[in-house]
Amino acid sequence: MNAFVDTLAEQVTHACASGGMLRIVGGDSKAFYGGTAVGDTLSLADHRGVVSYEPTELVATVRAGTPLAELQATLAGEGQMLAFEPPAFGASATIGGTIACGLSGPARPYRGAARDFVLGVNCVNGKGQYLRFGGQVMKNVAGYDLSRVMTGALGTLGIITEISLKVLPLPEVEQTLCFECTQSEALSRLGEWALQPWPFSGTAFFDGVLRLRLSGSGAGVAAAATALGGEPCREDTDFWHDLREHRLQFFASDLPLWRLSLPPQAPPFALAEQQLLEWGGGQRWLASETQPQQMFAAAAAVGGHATRFRGGDRANSFQPLDAVGQRLHAGLKAAFDPAGVLNRDRLYPEA
Amino acid sequence: MKRENPDSFLHELRQILPAKAVLTTEEELRPYECDGLCGYRELPRVVVLPDQVTQVQAILALCQRHRVPVVARGAGTGLSGGATPHSEGLLLSMTRFNRILAVDPVSCTARVQPGVRNLAVSEAVAAYGLYYAPDPSSEIACTIGGNVAENAGGVHCLKYGLTVHNVLAAEVLLMSGESIRVGSEGFDAPGYDLLAAITGSEGMLGVVTEVTLRLLPQPETAKVLLAAFDTIEAAADAVAQVIAAGIIPAGLEMMDNPAIRAAEDFAQAGYPREAAAILLCEVDGTGAEVEQQVEAASAVLRERGASEIRVARDEAERLRFWSGRKNAFPAVGRISPDYYCIDGTIPRKQIGKVLKGVASLSEQYGLRVANVFHAGDGNLHPLILYDAGNPGEFERTEQLGGEILALCVEVGGTITGEHGVGLEKIGQMCVQFNEDELAQFHAFKSVFDPAGLLNPGKAVPTPARCAEFKAMHGQGRETAFSDASVSESIAEP
Repeated sequence: MNAFVDTLAEQVTHACASGGMLRIVGGDSKAFYGGTAVGDTLSLADHRGVVSYEPTELVATVRAGTPLAELQATLAGEGQMLAFEPPAFGASATIGGTIACGLSGPARPYRGAARDFVLGVNCVNGKGQYLRFGGQVMKNVAGYDLSRVMTGALGTLGIITEISLKVLPLPEVEQTLCFECTQSEALSRLGEWALQPWPFSGTAFFDGVLRLRLSGSGAGVAAAATALGGEPCREDTDFWHDLREHRLQFFASDLPLWRLSLPPQAPPFALAEQQLLEWGGGQRWLASETQPQQMFAAAAAVGGHATRFRGGDRANSFQPLDAVGQRLHAGLKAAFDPAGVLNRDRLYPEA
Repeated sequence: MKRENPDSFLHELRQILPAKAVLTTEEELRPYECDGLCGYRELPRVVVLPDQVTQVQAILALCQRHRVPVVARGAGTGLSGGATPHSEGLLLSMTRFNRILAVDPVSCTARVQPGVRNLAVSEAVAAYGLYYAPDPSSEIACTIGGNVAENAGGVHCLKYGLTVHNVLAAEVLLMSGESIRVGSEGFDAPGYDLLAAITGSEGMLGVVTEVTLRLLPQPETAKVLLAAFDTIEAAADAVAQVIAAGIIPAGLEMMDNPAIRAAEDFAQAGYPREAAAILLCEVDGTGAEVEQQVEAASAVLRERGASEIRVARDEAERLRFWSGRKNAFPAVGRISPDYYCIDGTIPRKQIGKVLKGVASLSEQYGLRVANVFHAGDGNLHPLILYDAGNPGEFERTEQLGGEILALCVEVGGTITGEHGVGLEKIGQMCVQFNEDELAQFHAFKSVFDPAGLLNPGKAVPTPARCAEFKAMHGQGRETAFSDASVSESIAEP
């Protein structure tokens, strides 16, 4: 444990003993996401740096406050990447915040989610104890998989101080193909593609155009492009970057932005004029003023769930859980943070 | 511990299940006394064979009421004693839940019951051009429920991940009999990642009654290279360099000389018998991609001093190359009365160093060790050859295994990559985790199973157990499973 983590643990211990609450912040780039956390700000921004990175191990261990862009540049320098393509939503984004939010970019269905690349985390729980779970190796089944449970937990179970991630080689080439079609045609084409072993790395449908990204070896991508047809996309900007960072015109709407996570083959979704599909149909963005309960019900009806992503009512950010689910969540929170010190209300409103 | 009249428990059990699904005589119980780790044996109080989820629900609720420990079991192929029965407990066999409920070739998913065999899934979906990626060596026999409980791996993990990466959702019964659904048919679920929590939890949190698996399109082509090396170090170095070249092989396996000889004698795979080590490197993808990767990998292996490189010319030869590797365990079983399989994972760069350490420990203990393992993942499987007939030899074998695992932790690795902690490595957990971490694990389990009735005494040691382990460490370790630590981990009402 270094001095920073020592001090951090003391702060948590103090808060735990004195009824205090802490709002954990990395770069504060995703402050809009989830509920409004209550408490004094606790910043991880000064706890930065790559602790170890050996390209031949495919593992990087980094302090939570390390800027995401800095880590990505370090990896790119060795021809490697974070394969889950995390969105940053701002230059200040840190790797700690990225893992705590657990968000993944366009490549998610094809390469895996943030949680799939987390090998281990060091953290401080709500009692101020410094704990290490998982490790720096590819396979590890010693103890419960708490590093993955921490991923996407929005800091409610512990303050992540250090993370070990699996990294992958950058693809040799990337190519995007465009297909003009309707949403239903797009969904059926996406269904057909899912059965084919081509090197897909992104799919998106918006405004009558289905885009398909291929990544891999030159030969593999060329063979796929020939077999699949479609037109090579000619765009001035990097579409996939703009999609990931929500910089496309679609995301400029003033309406609340909803993220729907659905079985990919779920039928076209009502409740909003403007929709953007990605992840083979498994992630759909809706700009809509639909009431949260109505949105949650509609998502559940097709086997998915909804997240209020931006705008709207923050207290209703995530799909409500059933009674047993609520009990387990409250129990888990209490098991890690019995006094309710960490990021209170950020995930679900707490009693 | 307070216990109700045992007869009333059995009587109520027989109300839930037909008579032939409740086994109580010694003759009936004997086949369930151990899993794949036969050094640990115990007769359970009763074995049940339900075939309806509602029956399992009622059984759990009954056991909760009577405070009877429950050990769930699939095919019993696990290698860590995760399914070793509890002497006072109920053994819940899930093998009758053996139906593939649905295959959806459009969403590339299969919904299966937990007793379905691993390989049966790939066989059932092959007609759609799909397969289920995790392929543990026991794939012919092991069940999906057991795979989820242990987060099973296989030879293709480096590229395609472990069970946790290939399961979308599961129906799970808690000890209370309540049912929860974790994960979803989509790419994520709201709230905490309970699917990740359940996967690899060794039957400590709940009983899986249904699993939705992610299926993958079969790769267009797969090719395997066999490379021979004159030293272990050169082979270990070649593994790192293949990765450094930006190649992620579908499988990258290594065998040392004792393993090569045993496998060659057993399977006639065509391995070079004199090599110090061989690597099997499989690449898959589209035809053009595979050609490119075979060339790139060959170049790296040659540059790193491979004395011989062979690319399997056709599918028959590819399967023959793999047959030696896949039969390595039984092959070793033929040259020794008994063998004991270790499962540490280490950073790849430490392979050479750790294998050297294993060799010197092997000499020190006077026990032969053959190495056959997932080099691409750094997941070692030293096989210690011993004879259980020689008094004290199993104890020495376990002690040697413990030292190998301590060495793995020392170089930054873990005591188990894919076999689980179970009973076997419960002591080594005290080496890898400190008291606060172990306490956090216990608190985590209590959320799902407050009475501590699911698989008590496994996976996570109690503080008392660690104190005992540390006191005995270095002076020979106990081999029997201590009953004291079991009852202690069942919470008093």
